[in-house]
Amino acid sequence: MVSKPHGGKLVRRLVAERTRERILSEQKEYPSVKIDHGRAIDLENIAHGVYSPLKGFLTSDDFQSVLDHMRLSDDTPWTIPIVLDVMEKTFDEGDAVLLYYEDIPIARMHVEEIYTYDKREFAQKVFKTTDPNHPGVAKVYSMGEYLVGGEIELLNEVPNPFAKYTLRPVETRILFKERGWKTIVAFQTRNVPHLGHEYVQKAALTFVDGLFINPVLGKKKKGDYRDEVIIKAYEVLFEHYYPKNAATLATVRYEMRYAGPREAIHHAIMRKNFGATHFIVGRDHAGVGDYYGPYEAWDMFDNFPDLGITPMFIREAFYCRKCGGMVNAKICPHPEEFHVRISGTKLRKMIMAGEQPPEYMMRPEVYEVIRSFEKPFVE
Amino acid sequence: MADEKKYTTVSIPKPLYDKIKKRIEGTGFTSVSDYVTYVLREVLASLEEEEKEEVFTEEEEEKVKERLRALGYLD
Repeated sequence: MVSKPHGGKLVRRLVAERTRERILSEQKEYPSVKIDHGRAIDLENIAHGVYSPLKGFLTSDDFQSVLDHMRLSDDTPWTIPIVLDVMEKTFDEGDAVLLYYEDIPIARMHVEEIYTYDKREFAQKVFKTTDPNHPGVAKVYSMGEYLVGGEIELLNEVPNPFAKYTLRPVETRILFKERGWKTIVAFQTRNVPHLGHEYVQKAALTFVDGLFINPVLGKKKKGDYRDEVIIKAYEVLFEHYYPKNAATLATVRYEMRYAGPREAIHHAIMRKNFGATHFIVGRDHAGVGDYYGPYEAWDMFDNFPDLGITPMFIREAFYCRKCGGMVNAKICPHPEEFHVRISGTKLRKMIMAGEQPPEYMMRPEVYEVIRSFEKPFVE
Repeated sequence: MADEKKYTTVSIPKPLYDKIKKRIEGTGFTSVSDYVTYVLREVLASLEEEEKEEVFTEEEEEKVKERLRALGYLD
């Protein structure tokens, strides 16, 4: 059977239509709080159960427990603080407030607690560094002085140009059931696929019923592939190289934290909520720069025997000239000189220079898709 | 704000304690309590896995299937 939702029950925080209309008709009566895109996406993920068992933003007990123990205060594994920050207190504990993203009332929140926190402690414990050059740390340092905890109810979806590809946990669970998949391996990505990715995914699929490719769409850095390029590249890969009834593609919106090992656990929890039973943990998963060891995320899973989703640790794939195919360090006996590592950065440079990568690095169909976009990269 | 996680004490037979203490020597576990916590979490997780799966109402399921068909995920 597909995974049980994290914490036991799939959270759904969507208000009934009549209640929604009533709240919206009374919106001027609520204190309003503006939130950024990342928090709006968090809200959506809470409401649709991607972050089950969270029903809202963390209160101080849970926040501190996540920092100190990587668990919610009820002992459920949870590694990334999902918090709402505000610059000043314009409402009180006990109030219901409306959260707005770009003038759209996204959710109602029942404010249980407003509390202060130590940003350096947050950074050190979650990111293992207080270096402001780390993008996750920089984000924490830019946050407001207070955190607001409490349950939420979703009123409106955040505008989504990729709604067609965005499935919610309730949908993927039914999809997997309809396809007869009992074991599903999820793959997290924020890149166009190269042969190394394909090797890892197919190696994992060998052991389960279905492969769930779940690209993260959202805020990107300059030079990253644009979201539509990633989707189209996977579509063409599916069309030509994946078994029709054993793989599916759906996106999730989520703001990367770059918290390495801690975030690898968070990514696994999200996929467990989608129904996946297995999760591929890559090399330097959710890392950035040199802040984490290449396989540090693998070790982190030892701390969570009760995670409820099985990590699959598949080594980085490379092309071996002697083997004549994609292999990994465990199965290839040949020395380094025969190995061609497939680097995303190198591929990007080749593509930017108009050079087609060799077929052992990138499928020609994928390259054609990228080329078909006038501007495939974020500027 | 709570600085420390709340812990409680449970009793286990002394011979079992000694056995565990010996067993965790040279492993990553720094105390018998840590090991017992680890094992209990593992046992509870496997028991929970055996509980029945979540079910959706028929109406809800049909609505979701319709959307999945419309999006091309289901035939």
